[in-house]
Amino acid sequence: MANILVNAPKTAKKGDIIEIKALIMHPMETGFRPGTNGRIIPRNIVEDFSATWNGREIFRMKMSPAIAANPFVSFFTVATGSGTVVLRWSGDGGFVAEHPLAITVT
Amino acid sequence: MPAPRRRAFLAGAAAVTLLPFAAEAMPEALAAAIREVTGGAEPRAGKVTLDIPPIVENGNTVPTTVSVESPMTAHDYVRAIHVFNEKNPQPHVFNAWLSPDNGRATVGTRIKLADSQKIVAVAETSTGEFWAASAEVIVTIAACIEDVT
Repeated sequence: MANILVNAPKTAKKGDIIEIKALIMHPMETGFRPGTNGRIIPRNIVEDFSATWNGREIFRMKMSPAIAANPFVSFFTVATGSGTVVLRWSGDGGFVAEHPLAITVT
Repeated sequence: MPAPRRRAFLAGAAAVTLLPFAAEAMPEALAAAIREVTGGAEPRAGKVTLDIPPIVENGNTVPTTVSVESPMTAHDYVRAIHVFNEKNPQPHVFNAWLSPDNGRATVGTRIKLADSQKIVAVAETSTGEFWAASAEVIVTIAACIEDVT
């Protein structure tokens, strides 16, 4: 399981705009670099990142090899109702990681 | 009462920001990648703020934030933000899709830069307009060239 670091408020007032920051450990190997044997290291990146709030998609991002290793993403969202934000990463070689996040909206 | 010269200046400033986004000195791969998302429309300069350090020491991780001026209401919001580069092996950096649920059209991440180059951010609004901003970045240690041993 991948290491994930997330920074988001646990509680928010209804209608507040909150920031969600997420970082995942991943090499983001570009597929353009030669390794020690002189051969190109195959590409291994996280390609898709998405966030859903109670099942409704609130943010989606498509990454390229130009995203730094251990990709970090920050975005904003309006606090609509208490529930779970699910962050999901997927990429090369069947890589999938999910991180649920409980947010209480008052 | 403001002097008429100030008025003239403001009008001039507005006219400058409404000029089409300068496509000059842009390599074909970058221009083609931008055309792909705009469908051939010429993005206009303005509304987009591309926050990236002008000089970076380490091209392996460069903090980059794109903000777009928008009310983010159901009728007028930023639908997508696309970021491109000039000299990496591929012109794409990221595409992010937004909706009125986001409240604020700001996306931050960290990118790799293989060389000193121009970064371009293009925003697509729900009304079908394209806005763009670009920034020149000087990189002293490039990404992708270091020994992997």
